[in-house]
Amino acid sequence: MVHRMSERPVWKSGVTLAVIAAVCTAMVALTWQLTADRIEKNKTEWLERSLQPALAGLFFDSGVTESMLVIPQPHELPGKDAAIVYRVYAADKPVAALFVVTARDGYAGPIRLLIGIEMDGTVTGVRVLEHRETPGLGDRIETGKSDWVLQFDGRSLLAPEPARWAIKGDGGDFDQLTGASVTPRAIIKAIRQTLLYFEGNVEAIFAAESSEEETD
Amino acid sequence: MASSISDSLRNGLWRENPGLVQLLGLCPLLAVTGSFVNGLGLGIATLLVLMASNALVSSTRRWIQPEIRIPIYVLIIASLVTCIELVFKAWFPDLDRALGIFIPLIVTNCAIVARAEVFASRNPVGASILDGFVMGLGFALLLMAIGAFRELTGQGTLFARMDMLFGGEPVRGIVLADNGWLLMVLPPGAFFSLALAIAIKNVIDRRRTDARAHLPRRARALDR
Ligand SMILES: Cc1cc2nc3c(=O)[nH]c(=O)nc-3n(C[C@H](O)[C@H](O)[C@H](O)COP(=O)(O)O)c2cc1C
Repeated sequence: MVHRMSERPVWKSGVTLAVIAAVCTAMVALTWQLTADRIEKNKTEWLERSLQPALAGLFFDSGVTESMLVIPQPHELPGKDAAIVYRVYAADKPVAALFVVTARDGYAGPIRLLIGIEMDGTVTGVRVLEHRETPGLGDRIETGKSDWVLQFDGRSLLAPEPARWAIKGDGGDFDQLTGASVTPRAIIKAIRQTLLYFEGNVEAIFAAESSEEETD
Repeated sequence: MASSISDSLRNGLWRENPGLVQLLGLCPLLAVTGSFVNGLGLGIATLLVLMASNALVSSTRRWIQPEIRIPIYVLIIASLVTCIELVFKAWFPDLDRALGIFIPLIVTNCAIVARAEVFASRNPVGASILDGFVMGLGFALLLMAIGAFRELTGQGTLFARMDMLFGGEPVRGIVLADNGWLLMVLPPGAFFSLALAIAIKNVIDRRRTDARAHLPRRARALDR
């Protein structure tokens, strides 16, 4: 091995490396070709699936993902990035709006939330789409771990009034999570802010043209 | 052949277990084992990469000059991991979402380069694939064991969120307690669990050698 190493000219090694790099690139390119369509399809399917909980109990006849509206900064919704709204219709009449917003003040980072709101301002459902809260503490906001996030179903800014949109420990109406109040506070604040935004901007939201751009 | 298969099984699963004995791939081992389902998912992904990388390295070993072998392994492994990530995104999207960054991070698992260097670069393709399978299996079983242990002690559940692998509604798994010892799910718990696993293995190995020492010579030779 050792004497072979010194005999071989450097350019030969370079050529071998280049050939293998080309083969590897081809392999990745081919895999990408074969998977790109499915990956795109999965993304849409996943989006539709993750919007489902906020659509429960609604009667509607419109395509939800096509009605996407991107609300760029600056906006009064939670989060520093653009917010996304999906509009739901029945016989061309608005039924509900699904918001995808970011609560910035989670314990371990931003929490991506799906919040469905009916025309009368009641919450149809809230789900956590993405978070980095501590397993066993803050992660009980997932439906797979506890029912905590279901307590917002059917609530609105009338019941309870905005001032009582807080955890019980802070004088509000909502359950907290044992040993973790930072996470619930962040989520409740984000829902309340979204409800307030909806109240003030319903007409503008349903009047706007759908956004074409795919965001993710 | 049969004996070589059982021999390599014993090597991969026990005597040279990549995680327990060689202490390779510590980064993913410590990072994803917060729950059983994560351990299982990453275990499968790593196993696939190991087999494919061993197969590729072994089949190109004739053309690889020793002085450039490391960059070539890196190229092969990085491309394979990218392919596996795409395949997961296409066919197992839930698993891909569950493991997130840890699929691309398989690249950093030294167990894979180590098998390329130690085994695949000097052995025929079939044997190399078997080696990749066995080593991957040893690693995956360890990931699952540590994942199960940390989930159980840290959260009081077992097999929670298996839906991420098999689809369907979110499942809570077997709930044994509402709360656990949080530390076990956090990074220190990963170190404790690995240390415990290594200690248990050492105790078992010691018992075995002791037991063997009491056997008559002939039996000992046969036992080997
Ligand atoms: C390692 C560690 C992780 C924590 N993770 C969270 C978390 O994800 N969410 C949360 O709300 N609180 C978390 N906490 C607890 C907060 O620091 C804080 O003590 C708690 O939210 C206060 O809750 P209490 O008002 O019910 O006592 C964590 C604490 C520690 C030490």
